[in-house]
Amino acid sequence: MGYLGGFLVTFRQHGRKNRVTTQYSGGRLFKRKKRNAPTMDEKIDKPERLHGRHVLNRYEDGMEKCIGCELCAAVCPAKCIHVRGADNDPDNPTSPGERFGWIYEINYLRCIHCDLCVEACPTEAITETKLFEFSFTNRKDAIYTKNELLVGDDGKPQHLPWEDWRPGEDQHTSAWMRATAPAGDASFVGVVSWAGERGYGVRPAEASQAQADAASLPPSDADVGRKH
Amino acid sequence: MLALDPMLEGEVLWTPLIIVVLKVLVVFVVGLVATMLMVWFERKVIAGMQNRIGPNKAGPFGLLQTLADGIKLFFKEDLLPRRSDRFVFALAPFLSFVPAFLSFAIIPLGGDYRDGNDGIVTWFGVETRVQLADPHIGVLFALAISSIAVYGIMLAGWSSGSKYPLLGSVRASAQMVSYEAALGLSLASVILISGTLSTSGIVAAQSTLTDWHVVATGIVPFVIFLVAATAELNRPPFDLVEAEQELVGGFNTEYSSIRFALFYLAEFMNTVTMSAMIVTLFFGGPQPISYGGVTLDIPLIPNGLEGTVWLLGKVLVFLYIYVWFRATLPRLRYDQLMDLGWKVLIPGSLAWFMLLAVQRLARNEGWNVFTTTAAAVVVLGMCYALLQAAFSMSNRTREREGAQF
Repeated sequence: MGYLGGFLVTFRQHGRKNRVTTQYSGGRLFKRKKRNAPTMDEKIDKPERLHGRHVLNRYEDGMEKCIGCELCAAVCPAKCIHVRGADNDPDNPTSPGERFGWIYEINYLRCIHCDLCVEACPTEAITETKLFEFSFTNRKDAIYTKNELLVGDDGKPQHLPWEDWRPGEDQHTSAWMRATAPAGDASFVGVVSWAGERGYGVRPAEASQAQADAASLPPSDADVGRKH
Repeated sequence: MLALDPMLEGEVLWTPLIIVVLKVLVVFVVGLVATMLMVWFERKVIAGMQNRIGPNKAGPFGLLQTLADGIKLFFKEDLLPRRSDRFVFALAPFLSFVPAFLSFAIIPLGGDYRDGNDGIVTWFGVETRVQLADPHIGVLFALAISSIAVYGIMLAGWSSGSKYPLLGSVRASAQMVSYEAALGLSLASVILISGTLSTSGIVAAQSTLTDWHVVATGIVPFVIFLVAATAELNRPPFDLVEAEQELVGGFNTEYSSIRFALFYLAEFMNTVTMSAMIVTLFFGGPQPISYGGVTLDIPLIPNGLEGTVWLLGKVLVFLYIYVWFRATLPRLRYDQLMDLGWKVLIPGSLAWFMLLAVQRLARNEGWNVFTTTAAAVVVLGMCYALLQAAFSMSNRTREREGAQF
């Protein structure tokens, strides 16, 4: 009786308090200047592994991480990424190494936020924040160029006018990647294997499921701080 | 005066006239307010089921949201498509709106029906009922009116001079006509048990819990009636008429402003009316819950008024169920809709009606009820086998002929 199961599902949802937006701003309470009136829409904290809008990261010295290899564009199932690489100017390089990402565009009318580009990236240049509430008034805005995707000089994502950023949404980007052991080898569990980045430095690695099951304790500082 | 006193007997008093006018006013206002609250209720409940908040700005808990929407619709531009048939286009919303109110007139809205009372109350020294009209053909009137509602939708689509409304209205007429058959047949079981067509008589026949027609007719006619009524109302999962993903907005695509509001109002008014109809026919209307001589009585309220409270509570349950349907079930495909209507609901209601009729006949004639029922079940089983054989035969023919194309 699949039908009845469906009825149970909707009935259980009714009255449950797991809404993304918990209270709208404005309205009567706001006009009357009540103390508890929300000045902006109240929303729940996003789950740590939510896939949202992308960012292009920089190294701690300000160099771009993207090397223009186009692996993200190749793996993208929605074909929403357009990358073209170019040779670095030896005197004033954009990224360490030979090549850098010259054009980088993501079409958010197509992106399905599957995170495969993040998995494919060999330098952890592209990761995902937890911002998913951004809407556009024209198609041009929907195509994010490199200028918009790249983190600012402080290492934080740029806040574009049509985006609704909440505190904490640019943190723990790409937690999905950090959840598994780098290279899939059990001896690398909990070992940070990527370079630090501007703004956040070296991110701590998450414990593997085996560790979490064994101790149900957070990963110790000794494991987190060690560089590979 | 001629309408009240056609024989010119000269004994007509002003009091009945005033009572009738009052009733009309009250029913109209209650109908409008109920519709307004129903729109709010639906939006709020479905928002809860979809993890949203729903309207919460206009008035306390967003109660006045519908009013705000109505005012907005009044001031919007009223478009008349150039290729439309102007007169019919303007007429159609009223053909949909008026029947929605008319069928509300025969619902018993209160009165004391318990202990075999017939629900008659005395107002200003005049004996009357707490319902606008109590014709002897009450249930047939409701069926007739709900058939007229088809015209509103059909003419709206036809007169728009546009293809999607036309498709929507073709679907609507096919759907409503075919489900009306199931609706009427499941109603026949109720009429068989209660022995009257008048709605107040049907309510009076359901004095205890076991007399409620949902129990007395077995649960099958009720389920068929509920499904057929949902289809009749064009509500999800049977909203093929407006199927947004396929037909833009269905029959009301070309409508805007207050004409659209009338369709919208009629749709929700029909939902309220149909819930009240279900409660009247199957759940005892204004009757309190009573079983084995024990009656649940709400203290401090006179029995006549208490009926209204009971009716309201029961109707609310069904309104919630309709919203629940909408939140849960995906829309049926067109052939599934027709299969359900013609191959399941109509034969099912017909078979159940036959079973009930056989039992009644056996009781009247003094035959053994059990044996007679068993014989009827055997006959019905054979009918079912024949029906299935016919279906598979037609399937095979269709496949063979389909291969020729």
